[in-house]
Amino acid sequence: MKGLKIIVAVKQVPGTDEVRTDPKTNSLIRQGVPGILNPEDRNAVEAALCLKEKHGAAVTALTMGPPEAGDVLEEVFAMGVDKGILLTDMAFAGSDTLITAFILSRAIIKSGRFDLILCGRHAIDGETAQVGPQIAGFMDLPQVTYAEEIVLEKGFITVRRDLEDCQEWVKVKLPAVVTVTSRINRPRYPSLYNVQTACDGSLLTTWGAEDLKVPASMLGLDASPTVIKKIFEPDHKKRGEIIPGDEKEMAASLIEKLKGVNVI
Amino acid sequence: MDFDFTKQQKLARKIARNFAEKELEPFAQERDEKAEFPVEAVKKIAELGFMGITIPKEYGGCGLDTVTYVLIVEELARYCASTAIIVAVHNSVAAYPVYLLGTEAQKKKYLFDLASGKKLGAFALTEANAGSDPASIRTTAELKGENHVLNGVKTFITSGGTSDIVIVMASTDRSKRGRGITAFIVEKGIKGFTVGKKENKIGIRASDTCELIFENCVVPSENILGKPGGGLFAALKALSYGRIGVAAQALGVARCAMEECIKYSRERKQFGKQISDFQAIQWMIADMATEIEAARLLTLKAAGIKDEDRPFSAEDSMAKLYASEVAMRAATKAVQIHGGYGCMKDYKVERCFRDAKVIEIYEGTSEIQRLIIARSLLK
Ligand SMILES: Cc1cc2nc3c(=O)[nH]c(=O)nc-3n(C[C@H](O)[C@H](O)[C@H](O)COP(=O)(O)OP(=O)(O)OC[C@H]3O[C@@H](n4cnc5c(N)ncnc54)[C@H](O)[C@@H]3O)c2cc1C
Repeated sequence: MKGLKIIVAVKQVPGTDEVRTDPKTNSLIRQGVPGILNPEDRNAVEAALCLKEKHGAAVTALTMGPPEAGDVLEEVFAMGVDKGILLTDMAFAGSDTLITAFILSRAIIKSGRFDLILCGRHAIDGETAQVGPQIAGFMDLPQVTYAEEIVLEKGFITVRRDLEDCQEWVKVKLPAVVTVTSRINRPRYPSLYNVQTACDGSLLTTWGAEDLKVPASMLGLDASPTVIKKIFEPDHKKRGEIIPGDEKEMAASLIEKLKGVNVI
Repeated sequence: MDFDFTKQQKLARKIARNFAEKELEPFAQERDEKAEFPVEAVKKIAELGFMGITIPKEYGGCGLDTVTYVLIVEELARYCASTAIIVAVHNSVAAYPVYLLGTEAQKKKYLFDLASGKKLGAFALTEANAGSDPASIRTTAELKGENHVLNGVKTFITSGGTSDIVIVMASTDRSKRGRGITAFIVEKGIKGFTVGKKENKIGIRASDTCELIFENCVVPSENILGKPGGGLFAALKALSYGRIGVAAQALGVARCAMEECIKYSRERKQFGKQISDFQAIQWMIADMATEIEAARLLTLKAAGIKDEDRPFSAEDSMAKLYASEVAMRAATKAVQIHGGYGCMKDYKVERCFRDAKVIEIYEGTSEIQRLIIARSLLK
């Protein structure tokens, strides 16, 4: 296909497993934790670059975050992404997944024609896996989640999804939204050859709320319907419990226990 | 004075760190033990531009600055000091002199392949009887028609066995000693050029250090790099850049030693406490951190001077001297902090200790660096 245009949504996430949470504000403490490119977004970028190499395409990366989030765009430029859009504005701060997806879809529309939107399955900070599907929802596009292989052919893509008990091949018409898992590919390393152009600003566009023509009342924390009831660090010290008895007794007691914690 | 790095420098450092963590660290110990050259890693690293870091883009390099080069070499050395020296030697004493002194034709023929990493470079000055005193080399290059005929043996040549292109110093006029030395670009595989013994070393073991033998080896005279008789000048230019890379390598080794100690001292318990609770251990770590920071500033300053194309007043030697000795001190303390475990090959500090010793010796011993520094002050 000629003139294929791919958008990849990427996110900067805290780069450590030792992220702590603030029990007062119910949010992650990000200070002092270096930001990294969300791992599965790297797979999404790689998937886009593979399609580019095979079929020819223009790949644009899109990210929303504080100005420092531009770092992840520089990194994907060094991988070979052609252009990037950084969505940054105080008005965006505190947006939940729904509002984030709304902002991203507005930006995608503003960026012009596109054929395929790729996202990582989920981000390692929030772990919701919602933004990809929500973008599809806002834009009224078909979506395929958890892609492990993408094949492109004349206006369609065929996507393999590995489910627990079967393999599914889904064929959808473009434009479409696809979220990928880490098993789809092995992302390439960014190249030193691209470092200069990646950082000179020539590939980057920055947009704020005004550029997207959305009123501040529809953005950020206040507009977000998600309410976080409580955020806490899991207690890793909890040990397993050994249920005594013969097989029947063990099964019965296990069922009672699971009922007791509302699992079944 | 700006102590912050540019966006480019930070991105390049991140690229090097990610690569080294994933592709070098997991195999570094095994390669050290087997003295095995990192063939695959060097191939991958070359594709990513690491073999022509400061060579301009028009010659197939990345066009980055020397400060970036320092950051990259430190990251590589943090995870594998052997790979770091392969990269540093290639960039600084093989590709760089061709860029600096090569004719346009030589650049076309050799620099592209070097900078893009298609070919690996080496630098051959040292001989059995000429180490610290390079002017006394005995390898000769005799003019015969349009060629020079090389005879002699070079020792301890980094990437000697694995390289494709070697910058060889040979005497075209022994009566002139230093002023009679000429640099040649010599390709592997030509008649009369063979690789001799591969050394079995204390450290930096994954980098091959070999003897190179020239027996009536005919090299076209158009392969003279720089001027006839200008070989020592070329070598000193190259080695000056080389020292900055070796200093950066030392930083990486020192940092590895320190970071391993921070981790280990929090895990290891004696007398019912983490050993990091003992002031004796804390002070050793504090000294390591302080010295590493000082060595890094010195190295970055030398790199900065080079980037601005200002003359050194021995800052390159100071960086190499100080950083290599910091690495040795840090590695010695690191083994001490690890106790008996530090003597075992299962722990990285054991390798740091052996690697650091080599760094104090090659590209000019500590004594020779002190001599250069003193000379710059007392001249
Ligand atoms: C792993 C490794 C890789 C190497 N790679 C290369 C390479 O790629 N290319 C290359 O050309 N060479 C290479 N070398 C050689 C290296 O540069 C020399 O070993 C080094 O310069 C010292 O020379 P030498 O070994 O002959 O020691 P010597 O010069 O014999 O020195 C012996 C001792 O005497 C001291 N000494 C010598 N002269 C003086 C003086 N005037 N004042 C005070 N003290 C002095 C020295 O500091 C040292 O302590 C490598 C060496 C090693 C170990």
